[in-house]
Parts: sequence; C-alpha cells; structure tokens
Amino acid sequence: MSTIKFLRSSTHNALRSSLGWCRLAASRPRYDYDLVVLGGGSAGLACAKEAAGCGARVLCFDYVKPTPVGTKWGIGGTCVNVGCIPKKLMHQASLLGEAVHEAVAYGWNVDDTNIRPDWRKLVRSVQNHIKSVNWVTRVDLRDKKVEYVNSMATFRDSHTIEYVAMPGAEHRQVTSEYVVVAVGGRPRYPDIPGAVELGITSDDIFSYEREPGRTLVVGAGYVGLECACFLKGLGYEPTVMVRSIVLRGFDRQMSELLAAMMTERGIPFLGTTIPKAVERQADGRLLVRYRNTTTQMDGSDVFDTVLWAIGRKGLIEDLNLDAAGVKTHDDKIVVDAAEATSVPHIFAVGDIIYGRPELTPVAILSGRLLARRLFAGSTQLMDYADVATTVFTPLEYSCVGMSEETAIELRGADNIEVFHGYYKPTEFFIPQKSVRHCYLKAVAEVSGDQKILGLHYIGPVAGEVIQGFAAALKTGLTVKTLLNTVGIHPTTAEEFTRLSITKRSGRDPTPASCCS
Amino acid sequence: MNLCNSRFSVTFVRQCSTILTSPSAGIIQNRGSLTTKVPHWISSSLSCAHHTFQRTMNLTGQRGSRDSTGATGGNAPAGSGAGAPPPFQHPHCDRAAMYAQPVRKMSTKGGSYDYDLIVIGGGSAGLACAKEAVLNGARVACLDFVKPTPTLGTKWGVGGTCVNVGCIPKKLMHQASLLGEAVHEAAAYGWNVDEKIKPDWHKLVQSVQNHIKSVNWVTRVDLRDKKVEYINGLGSFVDSHTLLAKLKSGERTITAQTFVIAVGGRPRYPDIPGAVEYGITSDDLFSLDREPGKTLVVGAGYIGLECAGFLKGLGYEPTVMVRSIVLRGFDQQMAELVAASMEERGIPFLRKTVPLSVEKQDDGKLLVKYKNVETGEEAEDVYDTVLWAIGRKGLVDDLNLPNAGVTVQKDKIPVDSQEATNVANIYAVGDIIYGKPELTPVAVLAGRLLARRLYGGSTQRMDYKDVATTVFTPLEYACVGLSEEDAVKQFGADEIEVFHGYYKPTEFFIPQKSVRYCYLKAVAERHGDQRVYGLHYIGPVAGEVIQGFAAALKSGLTINTLINTVGIHPTTAEEFTRLAITKRSGLDPTPASCCS
Repeated sequence: MSTIKFLRSSTHNALRSSLGWCRLAASRPRYDYDLVVLGGGSAGLACAKEAAGCGARVLCFDYVKPTPVGTKWGIGGTCVNVGCIPKKLMHQASLLGEAVHEAVAYGWNVDDTNIRPDWRKLVRSVQNHIKSVNWVTRVDLRDKKVEYVNSMATFRDSHTIEYVAMPGAEHRQVTSEYVVVAVGGRPRYPDIPGAVELGITSDDIFSYEREPGRTLVVGAGYVGLECACFLKGLGYEPTVMVRSIVLRGFDRQMSELLAAMMTERGIPFLGTTIPKAVERQADGRLLVRYRNTTTQMDGSDVFDTVLWAIGRKGLIEDLNLDAAGVKTHDDKIVVDAAEATSVPHIFAVGDIIYGRPELTPVAILSGRLLARRLFAGSTQLMDYADVATTVFTPLEYSCVGMSEETAIELRGADNIEVFHGYYKPTEFFIPQKSVRHCYLKAVAEVSGDQKILGLHYIGPVAGEVIQGFAAALKTGLTVKTLLNTVGIHPTTAEEFTRLSITKRSGRDPTPASCCS
Repeated sequence: MNLCNSRFSVTFVRQCSTILTSPSAGIIQNRGSLTTKVPHWISSSLSCAHHTFQRTMNLTGQRGSRDSTGATGGNAPAGSGAGAPPPFQHPHCDRAAMYAQPVRKMSTKGGSYDYDLIVIGGGSAGLACAKEAVLNGARVACLDFVKPTPTLGTKWGVGGTCVNVGCIPKKLMHQASLLGEAVHEAAAYGWNVDEKIKPDWHKLVQSVQNHIKSVNWVTRVDLRDKKVEYINGLGSFVDSHTLLAKLKSGERTITAQTFVIAVGGRPRYPDIPGAVEYGITSDDLFSLDREPGKTLVVGAGYIGLECAGFLKGLGYEPTVMVRSIVLRGFDQQMAELVAASMEERGIPFLRKTVPLSVEKQDDGKLLVKYKNVETGEEAEDVYDTVLWAIGRKGLVDDLNLPNAGVTVQKDKIPVDSQEATNVANIYAVGDIIYGKPELTPVAVLAGRLLARRLYGGSTQRMDYKDVATTVFTPLEYACVGLSEEDAVKQFGADEIEVFHGYYKPTEFFIPQKSVRYCYLKAVAERHGDQRVYGLHYIGPVAGEVIQGFAAALKSGLTINTLINTVGIHPTTAEEFTRLAITKRSGLDPTPASCCS
C-alpha cells in the first residue's frame, strides 16, 4: 500500500502513464475504476480529466435525453451545446447587427437600411462550431486517457453503476471506489396546458430550424433576458413575461436598470404575469393565455414561438440515488464543503449541487479541486464566495461580490457606502448610442480603508471589465486602492477608478467632463 | 433625478455634435425632443452672465504653499485687510470683458497676487489640477494656447492633446477600423451585408472633429461652472511669480502665489530635408482633409503602431519604419507579437531603417529616401502621406523658464516626489515632467493630488508605479506592472516565474478570425505566494480586460489568488484565471479544450 501511495504521489507524467500497470502488478484492485463520473458536462469533464492527470483510472458516462421537440446534442454538457457558447455566439451576432449601423455613422459605405439575419445560416454556423468543440472534447478525453461511455447510468449500490452500452444490449455494471455526480440540469416546463407540446426552451432555440419570429419569453432570469435580447437584436419581436421580479438573486437597482435598458430597446415586459395555457391556432401560431397576478386580469396574445425560461431542474430522477443512499433536496444533491454527499465516497459537482452558483467556471474549478483532493493529496476546498457573473444582454451586466441589498442585510445600511456613477463610452458618441443606462457602482464599507464588498457594471463588454476586478476583490480591494489605481484611457473600465460620488451624498452621479 | 440629468447631458452632447444619422421615425422623434431641450441649456449657460461672485477668503485656512516669505517683485497694491470683499459681477462669461476688465487684486496670506494658482496648459493635467484647486477654495487661472502645426496649420480648442489629437480621436479612429472589421464578421454570422465596403474619410474626420468640438464645449462649460478663469494665451515667465500672457488682444501681466506647468508636449520632426514641409504628425492626421492613401509611418512606438493599425483597418496602405525596436519600454516578447499580428494583417515593417529625405514629386506624391542602418543599403519609395511618430518634445521653449529659475532636462522639467520643480512655488504635472509615464489618467490623477496637497491639506502623493496602459492596435495590447525583462533585471531570472498561454476568443470562431496572436502572460515571483509583478494581454478590448487586473495588482495579487478567482465564461479575460503553464516547464501553452 505504501508503494502504491508513493507511485500515486509521483509528479512525472511518464511514470503516471504506467501507473495502471504498476497498480495491477502490485495488487489486484477492488474496483473496476478509481473514479466514475456521471455527466459529460463542464464539471464532470474537468473532474475526470484532472483525476486522470493525477493517475486515477477514470470512466465518464454522458447521456442526453432529447427535448420534448426532439433536440439533442453531443458531449460537453449544457455550456458547450445549449448554454454559454451558443448564447455568446448569438449575442455576438446580435451585437454585430448593431455594429453595422454604427459603421455607417463612422463613415463606412454599408447599406444598413435593409439588413436582416439569415437565421438558418446563423444556426448552422453555431451548430458547426459546437460540433467542432464536441470533437475537440472527445480528442482531449482520449489524449488524457479518460474512458468515455455514451450511456445513461444508474446506481445499483454506492459503488456500483449500471448502464446499457447500446439500445437493446444487455445491462452492464462497473464498480468504482469514488463516484462523482455531475449530471447538471435541464430547463423546467410550467404545469399548464400546451406547455410541453407547443413551447420550447433554451435547449431548443440554438438549433431551431425555423425563424423564431414573434416570441414570448416566459421568465426574467438571465437566460430569459439574454434570449429576449439577442432575438431583438436579430430583428425578431420578443416579449418578456415576469412572474415577480427581474433577475432574482441579483442587485435590485441594477436589475431594474437592465430591464429599463431592454424596454428602451423596444422589448415589452409583462409584469407580475403568469401563463395559463398555450394553444395552437388554425394558422399555426400560438395563442397564449395569461393572467396578471396583481390585477387578476386575464389576457391573451398570439406568438410564433413560446420560450420557457423559468428555471432549471436537476437531473436526479434517472440516477436511482436511493440505491446509493444519497440525499437530495429540491431536485438537487446536498453536499458539504468538500462536495461530499451524504455517502462519504460519493461526491457531486456543478449545477446538480444544491445552493451553489450554477456557473460553468464554478463547475470547472470545483471539479478540478475535487479531483486533486481525491487523488493528489490536496486539501484545497472550492471557494464559492465572490464569484463573478455576467448577463449577456446588449448592454451587458456584470457583477462580483455582494449586491447592495445583501450588503445592507449583512452589515446594516449605516455601515455601507455606495459609490456610483453614470458614464459615457467614447465609442457611443459618434453613432449616438444611448448612454442612459451606462452605470456602475461599488458597494463598500463605510469606514476604515473601505473594503469593497461588491462591484456592479452595466455597459459594453461587461464580463471583460469585471473579471480583473473579481481578482482584485479576492485580493482585498478597497475604495482607496481603487481610486488610486490609474485608469486606462479611454476605456469604460477606467470609470471604476473615477468613482467619487456616494449615494449617501445625494450628489448627481453624472460626470461633468472627460479627460480631466 | 439622476436619470433625468443623464438624459439631459446626452441631449446636450448630441445637439453639439450635429451628427446626421440615417433617418427613421424614432430618431426624428428624438430629434424633436432634442430641440425642445436645447433652449434650457442655452438658458442655463446665459444665466452665468448674471452670476454674482461672492467669496469669503479663509485667511486662516491651511495652505500648501511653501513660500512664506511674502511677495517678491510686482507692483500689486496691498489688500484692504481681512473680511469679506464686496460682491462684483464675475467676468468669466464675457470673453471681451475677460480681457478688458482689470482683475481685482484680492488679499491673501503671505502677499498680494492676482491668483493663488496659475496653471499653464489647458490639457488633462492642467485642467484636472485647476478644477480640483478651485474646489479647495483657490483662485485659479488657466492659460492655454495651441500653436498651429508647421505643415498644415492644424490647431484645436481647450482640452489638450488627449481630447483633441490624442486618446479620443485615436480611439474613435480605432473604433471605426474595428467596425469595418465587424461588418465582415456580421456577414459570417448571417447578416445580409455586402462586404465590399470602404470608409468615407471625410465623413469620419468630420464626425471625429464634431465630437471633439463638443468635448471642447463641455470642457469650457465645466471650467466656467467650477469658476476656473480660462485665458487663451501663450504664457512666459517674467519671474517666479509673474507671467507675461500674450493674448489675441495684446499682452497682460499676471501674478500668482503658485504656478503649475502642465504644457505637455508635441510630436517631434526628424532633422532631414523635407520633414517639416511635407510630413505630418498625429496632430494633423485626425483632421486631415484628404485621404491618407499609401502612408509611411515613421516610428514604432505606440502612436505609430496605432495609426498604422487604424489606417490599415480603414482600407489604406500603411508601412511602418522601425529605427531599432518596436514599442520601446514595453515587454519585448509582447511587442514583437503585436508587430507580427500587424504584419499578418498586411502591414509591412521596414526594420532597422531611418529616413534620409522627403521630396515632393511632380504628381504630388512624396518620394522618401531611407537607409537600412545595419546593411547601409539605401532605398526609396513613393507615398501619399508621411507620418512622423518618432516621439514627443516637451513645450518648454516658450515658457522662458530661466527667468523663473526652473531647471530643464531634455525638453522636460525634473520634479521631486511632490511634483515640485527646483523653484519652491513652481510645480509641474503631466507629460512635461521628466521621466514619468506620458498617460492621460496619470496626468489627471497627479494634477488632482497636487491640488489637494496645495489647497486641501492632503499629504497623498502620486504613485507612478504599476500604471496600466493600452496600445490600441487592431488586436490590442494592454499591460500593467513589470515587463518580463524588467522583472528579470530587478529580481534575477531564477526568481521569476512566467505563466503564459495562447487562447481563442469564442467570438473569433465563426468568422474564422486569426487567433495566432491571442496571448497572455503573468510575470510573478517564483517562490512563496508568487506575487504577480506584471500582467500582459494581447487580444480584443485589452484595456477593458486589464483595468481590473491593474486594481488587483495594486491590491497585491498573487498567482494563488489569480487561479482561484472564478472566471466569467465565455470571456477573454477569464483566460488569466486559467493560466497554468509556465515558460520554464517548456509545455505547450496552447489550450486543448474549452469549457472543462
């Protein structure tokens, strides 16, 4: 056993690649694999590859059930196939449409009066890129010696996984010392007539064969807002239905600003409204009946597409977790600080975890750290605090750390100082783009060096702007340090270094001048 | 209220820019709205004419001035003593009155001068200092003058280099260039645009100049609102407290307790035949009334590279002439990557080459003779435009600094850590300072801090270390902290660990844009927590990416913290959080996968 431990701790790749043989020669293993990962998304793959890199024998199961309308995809999980990547590409397509108009203002002789997107061409381009990522992912797994099985997998007991390699084939079983559940989630459907038969979700929109046309987006979380915005940018007519508030879990002021920006761009919001039924009309269009929960007034409207964006459901039902003794909560798996479930050798990472941010980089980092703790002797836990995130609307919203509400709740309003400002991107002047909602703020302590608790930004390339500030926040950024950081001029990011007006002062946060 | 103010400001700027966009019902409605709001702004401006100035001097307040020996020279009468001076109509808003009406002599502790502070130079440093000083209670005058350029006679309004011929027009031209590229990308993403596009240079220049004029106007209004007296004149020292201002309407002598020199610099011309007669500089390019065509850019500093970059993006043919190295003072690996990226885009570099002469041919084109300093070989080529980007010269010549006793070094003014010159009551900020970064935000911050030290009782000095900067080439380069060379020189190669990687922006895949030069690195301590000394990034929106990391560096960023920062996905900035490969390891820094 000490020999095996020594071999495992070795950092030489050459030795690692032969570790399996050494193990076999030294002693017959009790299990087929050191690690079985359930789920071929970001969290699962990151964990699997890192574990293999640390010398473990790893098997990864991945399976995608078709959506109700039949959409399915290859390896890589939500992010690659129906999440971050296609969403960013659609967002980029939308921004590029806007850029054509701006190019005209800057003197280019492009005809922008009749521009429109070729939806099918765009979808094909997006899907081609996704397929190339699928391929690169498969090659990467092979190179890193992660065994991959494209199959649904279920627990037989806490160390045994059962699967069917091909339809009609016999059931097979494998055993593993550790199991990591990384199955993620899928969009929910509302429990109303016609929801499943006639509606689609973000799982379908990125490979949708027909133009979405007039679209009702139900749900005002970031998925709903992002979809509504790129549809608008591509020339379609989205309407957003909001059950209660926009962007639940985000800073309230910023969320409302973002909604106002969308409204300014011609996207109507149906506030405090819920859908009641979807029916197909004789002309093929969809009649949606809904109710305003504040006024109790019923209404209806006709759309070409109905897109549900009302949240996601963890994929625990097919896992047979009972057989392994794993505890769940609200379609998610409960884990401790080390991502261990209620069963000591079964872990969970990524979106399937209860109460943690559903974000790809979180999934990746926590997956890697888990693998290092299991197979490389690391003790480092995932830090879920101060995770930055971006909502990819036309004017994007990015933030890191606390919202103003959370800061007040935790620290008290008297102990919070909010620095804020409106700003005007230099690039916006010539094309006369609206700067009405270009706004940023820093939520900080009121005394001492004024440690910064949260940063919020609405404007172009928000994710690029906030990433570095997320590293700064993690390093202990203070207002003093922020204001003494020399800005890069002209950028929008430098506006953080120019924050000098507090909300408490009541002074106008609109800047008077530029460059001095 | 905030939103209303924001809208109002937007309206004002739009009206001043007088830019015509393609007609549409929405815009027409907005224009109508603009019309209804303009009178309010005009009314607001006119109301300044009736502003009554009332000020109580705080004779016992803290003053930063070092001169406690009282006035020297001048013939100003002594003040009438402590107490509130009588109210009088402020002459700011009437230009004629500004020059004609004698400035009242007001008493101040330590002597009697026309002003507490005179700032020489109406650029970023000077204006920032002047406005901050006024906020802290000082009586301030700001002198500003722009000499026309030698070749074309280009001149501009208040705001200095950054607003008029620097950062702002450069960024707008860069944006125009990127937008041209975006049209091609839009086609790849499915938009039905014709990719055979070209720019209307005159329209672009007009748009840029209109924006600059609107900023000039906003700047003037801001100065007026903040009660900085603006004097459009060329100033020269008579003695350390007296300035002779040459105005359009004649000469005027003004005195001040304290002076801040913020005159900045102007582009140099090489000492070769035809350089001044036929060549232009960045001072001319942004208002050039003819298309630049085939352009020789002499100089491979950031200005030269940026100009070559946007000229290429706008469809012209730039060539870059490099005397020795590209981007002197920057990390050389990154500098060479930027150059390679530009060459990949079809911009030729003439290496180790110096110009010998410029002649105008019969057809009006310019014949440039040059020599390769390594091979000694001479050659020539014909261009439509020759752009000198060989560095800048501090504008110390007209100041008559010897009269004030101020020391000069290489066209710049040496200062101590408080921005004080060798003369106690004379300071300098901005690009005119010797040995400090020539960057607008540095100038602005240094100017503000100086004003606070002089008039606000502050002791905070400007920190010139770890200043981030961006080169706005088509694929931008931004960095903060030490270059790899500086880190090795300072700490030794064995103590330095460089983490690096190539990356592929998600947006680049569909239009098949080259990712060959998308690269970033972190220069860090080798041991311990691995403090990060420098960060470098080549890719899109580089300035936006690096700004936050500059704040992180100033906060004491370490490699450990960097790689435990959760990335924002998909962005290019997240690539810093994914750095895992060191140069020392020799491993391939090209990423194998995305999203896992």
